[in-house]
Amino acid sequence: MAGGRYLLLLAQEHLDFRLAEIKSLLSLCGGRFSNQQEIHVNSPFWILDISSEEMTRELMKRTVCAKSIFELWGHGKSAEELYTSLKNYPVERMLPYLQSDSTYKIGIHTFNKTLTQVEKIRKIDALEFLPFGGKVNLKKPEHVFWILEDYGMDPNNIPEDPLHLYFGRWIADGQRELIESYSVKRRHFIGNTSMDACLSFIMANHARVKANDVVFDPFVGTGGLLISAAHFGAYVYGTDIDYNTIHGLGKASRKNQKWRGPDENIRANLRQYGLEKYYLDALVSDASTPIWRKGMLFDAVITDPPYGIREATRRTGSQKEISKSTEKSTENHVFVSSNYHLSDIFFDLLKFSAEYLVMGGRLVYWLPIYRPEYTEEIIPQHPCLKLISNCEQMLSSHTSRRLLTMEKVKEFKDQDQYSHLLDSQYMPYKGHNSFRDKYFSGVTKRIAKEEDDNQK
Amino acid sequence: SPGFRRERSRRRCGRMKLLTHNLLTSHVRGLRPGGGYPLGIQATEVKLSPVDFNAQFVARMVPKVQWAALLQAAQSLGHGSDLPPEPAPGYESDEDFLRRLHHVLLEVEVVEGILRCPDSGHEFPITKGIPNMLLAEEET
Repeated sequence: MAGGRYLLLLAQEHLDFRLAEIKSLLSLCGGRFSNQQEIHVNSPFWILDISSEEMTRELMKRTVCAKSIFELWGHGKSAEELYTSLKNYPVERMLPYLQSDSTYKIGIHTFNKTLTQVEKIRKIDALEFLPFGGKVNLKKPEHVFWILEDYGMDPNNIPEDPLHLYFGRWIADGQRELIESYSVKRRHFIGNTSMDACLSFIMANHARVKANDVVFDPFVGTGGLLISAAHFGAYVYGTDIDYNTIHGLGKASRKNQKWRGPDENIRANLRQYGLEKYYLDALVSDASTPIWRKGMLFDAVITDPPYGIREATRRTGSQKEISKSTEKSTENHVFVSSNYHLSDIFFDLLKFSAEYLVMGGRLVYWLPIYRPEYTEEIIPQHPCLKLISNCEQMLSSHTSRRLLTMEKVKEFKDQDQYSHLLDSQYMPYKGHNSFRDKYFSGVTKRIAKEEDDNQK
Repeated sequence: SPGFRRERSRRRCGRMKLLTHNLLTSHVRGLRPGGGYPLGIQATEVKLSPVDFNAQFVARMVPKVQWAALLQAAQSLGHGSDLPPEPAPGYESDEDFLRRLHHVLLEVEVVEGILRCPDSGHEFPITKGIPNMLLAEEET
């Protein structure tokens, strides 16, 4: 089927993550992001040029940021402009959907305004100049057309008439319902920092996870990020330094539950969603040690490294530190851990990804930010990895976290060759540990608490 | 009841797959280059658990697998006889071969045992199917 112009209707949530998701998914489907107009990134309506209808369907099988996509037949800044635009749309492109033996319905969607039934019918009736040949069927139409009206972004200043109007043929809906069906609230095994379902699907999409990939989370926790990767058909590995987490032992993270139940582990989480066949293994391991043999390549690394804010940050330690923090788990495994410097976590993660990703494979991870001091220079870099996107999620007025997506663009050579480069590029984010200090300093803690209270 | 407890412990099991074993290496400090591979397996409990067959995935894994290490590991667990000495050209469309490989890579699982570094002799325990790759501090 021929390509053309499509209208993408987006959900007004996680705004900063949407462009990177749509771009990643289009490139995954073999296309590229293209639009002839300037996109208003915060608007729920984007007009895109996509090379085939098939590609739009592939896009919608993956997106959690977009609600629906339409073949755009016309648009304008007023009703008159819309009608003129529709009259100029090639009639031969309309006719296949307007045949006399077909059924159809016309819906109307408004953003930032609610219309009465009478107003809706008036707007639909005004389209009678289009050569509709089929019968109206409201319950099970073959073709669905939509009028979409944009009344702007300001709920305190809603205009009488829409600022922009669109008309198009509905093609497909996105995957918004996954947010509900994979809700952490109903998940069997969760931790204190389990990622909300929408963000973990966004991460899998930024990572361009696809069927039969091997995806790895080196800070796997309870495995939430692996669930979204497995949903898209990837086989998953996870490691965590915490023996109890991997084994599903110890204290529960749920409010009214003291200890973890008998079947709380990553494999059981996947089983809950019918995804157990995608479970490869979960291992107890320190992310800073090389447990994978050379030449083993992952298609994506997706992770939420420990910030040391809600979960302790640690790795196996040295002699000096042993006396400070020896932990003994219920299974009689002794392990030693020491504070894992935040900048070291990111250094190790980038180096690991540079070495163990396939070419074109992606690393997607969160970086905590103390906002007043944020500059792009603190984003960790590696000569083999190219920054693809950098999306911010606010945590409090002074803190946020950024979802970084990097792509392997260069073969990893002997690491010594790059060690001097790594060292110099590693300097700018030496200060990351100060994030934790600042986060915990009286001021930010108080702000965070106030904001938390306001939300209750 | 005891029956319930047995059920609990069964359900709690993860199991280490031979695909995983094939990808892991010892990381004890001071190994010769390329040393520490493959890890020896000493299994005290092995289980077979059916996994949905996916020919495309298994075919994708063939180039990632170190074949000699896979044969050795499978034979040490008594499940290696179904595999050829090496993958034959055109294996991507040889469903019989892919099914046998699928079985060895994904369905033979070690529940309890030890992974032993061939160079240093260091032992990484597998408990309830989960390998523990941490080193004690004197080895890091």
